[in-house]
Amino acid sequence: MNENKDLKLTVASSPHVNSPVSTRSLMMDVLIALVPALCVAVYVFGPRALVLTAVSVVGCEFFEWLYRFLLKKPQTGGDLSAAVTGVLLAFVCPVWLPYWCILIGDFFAMFVVKQLFGGLGKNFLNPALAGRAFLMLSYSGLMTTWAKPGQWVGITDKVADAVSCATPLGTMHGADATLPWLGEAGSTLQDLFLGTVPGCIGEVSAIALLAGGVYLLWRGVIHIRIPGSYIATVAVLSLIFTKGNPNFEWMLAQIFGGGLLLGAIFMATDYVTSPCTPKGEIIFGIGCGLLTFFIRYFGGYPEGVSYAILLMNICTPIIEKYTHPSRFGVTKEDRKAAKAAKKGGAKA
Amino acid sequence: MLHQFFGGVHPAEHKDLTEHKATAPLAEAPAQVVIPMAMHVGAPCKPVVAAGDEVKVGTLIGETAGLGAPIHASVSGKVVAVEPRPYGGGGMMMSVVIENDFQDTPDPSIKRRDNVEALTGAEIIEIVKNAGITGMGGAGFPTHVKLSGAVGKVDTVILNGAECEPYITSDHRLMLERGEAVIGGARLLAKAVGLKEATIGIELNKPDAIEHLKALVGEAGDVHIEGLKTRYPQGAEKQLIQMITGRQVPPGKLPADVKCVVCNVATAAAVWDAVTEGKPLTRRGVTLTGGAMAQPMNVMAPVGTPVSHLVKMAGGFKIDPDRVLYGGPMMGNPIYDLDVPMMKSTNCILALTKDEVAEQDPAQTCIRCGKCVDACPMRLTPLFMRMRVNKRLWSEVEELRVMDCIECGSCNYICPARLPLVQSFRTAKFAIRDEQAKARAAAEAKKEAAKA
Repeated sequence: MNENKDLKLTVASSPHVNSPVSTRSLMMDVLIALVPALCVAVYVFGPRALVLTAVSVVGCEFFEWLYRFLLKKPQTGGDLSAAVTGVLLAFVCPVWLPYWCILIGDFFAMFVVKQLFGGLGKNFLNPALAGRAFLMLSYSGLMTTWAKPGQWVGITDKVADAVSCATPLGTMHGADATLPWLGEAGSTLQDLFLGTVPGCIGEVSAIALLAGGVYLLWRGVIHIRIPGSYIATVAVLSLIFTKGNPNFEWMLAQIFGGGLLLGAIFMATDYVTSPCTPKGEIIFGIGCGLLTFFIRYFGGYPEGVSYAILLMNICTPIIEKYTHPSRFGVTKEDRKAAKAAKKGGAKA
Repeated sequence: MLHQFFGGVHPAEHKDLTEHKATAPLAEAPAQVVIPMAMHVGAPCKPVVAAGDEVKVGTLIGETAGLGAPIHASVSGKVVAVEPRPYGGGGMMMSVVIENDFQDTPDPSIKRRDNVEALTGAEIIEIVKNAGITGMGGAGFPTHVKLSGAVGKVDTVILNGAECEPYITSDHRLMLERGEAVIGGARLLAKAVGLKEATIGIELNKPDAIEHLKALVGEAGDVHIEGLKTRYPQGAEKQLIQMITGRQVPPGKLPADVKCVVCNVATAAAVWDAVTEGKPLTRRGVTLTGGAMAQPMNVMAPVGTPVSHLVKMAGGFKIDPDRVLYGGPMMGNPIYDLDVPMMKSTNCILALTKDEVAEQDPAQTCIRCGKCVDACPMRLTPLFMRMRVNKRLWSEVEELRVMDCIECGSCNYICPARLPLVQSFRTAKFAIRDEQAKARAAAEAKKEAAKA
């Protein structure tokens, strides 16, 4: 009666279709979103920016492969998460950093921060930022040797030849910063916006980072909640805590300067180390903003983004615990009534 | 005024395969129909015919035993067997097998009713009950039970024309082709629960259906047609109620608790047929579709038609399907044997090719992207729930409200790691129910022991 008797039909739990978005495609989108910033970096700092980034990517992928090879775990390099870490770590280092030095950072990020905790999805700190923090503590001199924009750094140039200069935020951090406060490099707000200022490879150009952010938002890779609350918090605080400058310009310099945009768009939004609950994301963003601004304003460092995000990474589990979405069908009044009943019961 | 439901996703619709194809009668009636005695939520019916009995279209063949709806013959002919057969609910079910005489002789009890206007609400519910009408959107809850539970309690009658599942177009075609029956059914349902107005919710991807029904209602204005932004799972009962009224059904409660009653548009049309023509529910529109189906189409088929016969009517498979489903790709149940029959709640037979199906992969790791939290229409946290399911921490999963899960599949669909989330929640629900039953049994045993 039935000519289809030989058919082998799969019986599986619904749903039977999936969104085309995969872990790999998400990571690919992040890499694409970082391309504009990389282009600006090469234009401002020269070809060494590109090579240092490439070395870092290869380093991260290699160390991840090595760890999983040594421990006989399935290889996961194809998900591209190590490549993202590689790019981001290079982006938060100065262009003069020796290649061996970034490889040490890669090793720390992949071995210690990511794989020792179980690999993708299990690490509690952002690997790229933890790698940077490690390098800052170990090689603070190398990590603060800023290149002058436009002074192209060749692929084989040695850091010994570097002519260092201060970043705009570094200058502004000085005690009596008065106009023109955007630094000895003579940077202007427009320079900050375009990226022609001293700084880390990937952090200099506000417009390139914003373009990447718009792309990620459009593709649905990130949600506005974290970067929005982060940047808004810094903006509000910088209007409250001014430093003898035109307020509005001081605020814009705080937002466009340093690693804020790179951090807010690409680092604080790291899935693994930021909260998964909508309310939690906003609290996380505000926390990052508070810490960043207070480190910059009151702290010893001119720059606070990486430590702010790392500290908030540590707070993520507790934020998540208290920000579960409210239950469907249970109103605020219901919850209050339940609480009151519980209290009454306890008393009785 | 329209509201919003939480979360949701927008899977590729694939409705273009069949949305412009009119519902056609089967080119060839099935030689045999197999009518399972359980096509509804509740207890299976008791067969009231035996092998050798002659039946006509609409002859009662199954009587309710507890919660349920009666079952009628869908073709005329001879009962050849009353025995357990494989059916869509999984496993075997007592079924009445009827050999078709291809005459389609109606049962003499079926008579047109002229005094429809004069019917009272209670009379309408009685007709619905005797016509064996169950929810035709998927779950198959007996409609008369729903209605009698709603009388005097509800202020809103909602008709579900959302049809948010991809691929399916049977309700879309029904609204276009039998709009009068849908509107008439809506009025009858409203009257049955003591109201004068009803609201039909339709997704905006069916603009022609919205226009058509609006034109049919015209000046009367007693049936409101609401266009809803296309988003899955709009057609889930709780989400549709939230969308139309802004009310949220509390956990463990029924729509009537927020003064709503929801019926599918196909159910409304069946009610119209039962009331005006006296016809019990014996046939329905089914979408035969999917990448493996040679000629995707919409058909009007007698309940109990074997799936294999429906597939044959759609030209067979052009390529071997990876799986065949009752219903859509988001919540559809897989069929393991094509000889199982279509049922009162079968709105679609979907044959998916290997390329259309996404394999789930429990081996991948959660990257904590939180997309599942954003997608969940019930405001759950699927990723945290899954972590605890894997560790079998049932009480913690329960605390995370796994019992609220409507298994719509939105989290699973959006998961970039392709984790089998819904499956793990089903496992958890079974385990939790099991533990609850055991705890109850233990408590009772203790009581007995204390008595003794």
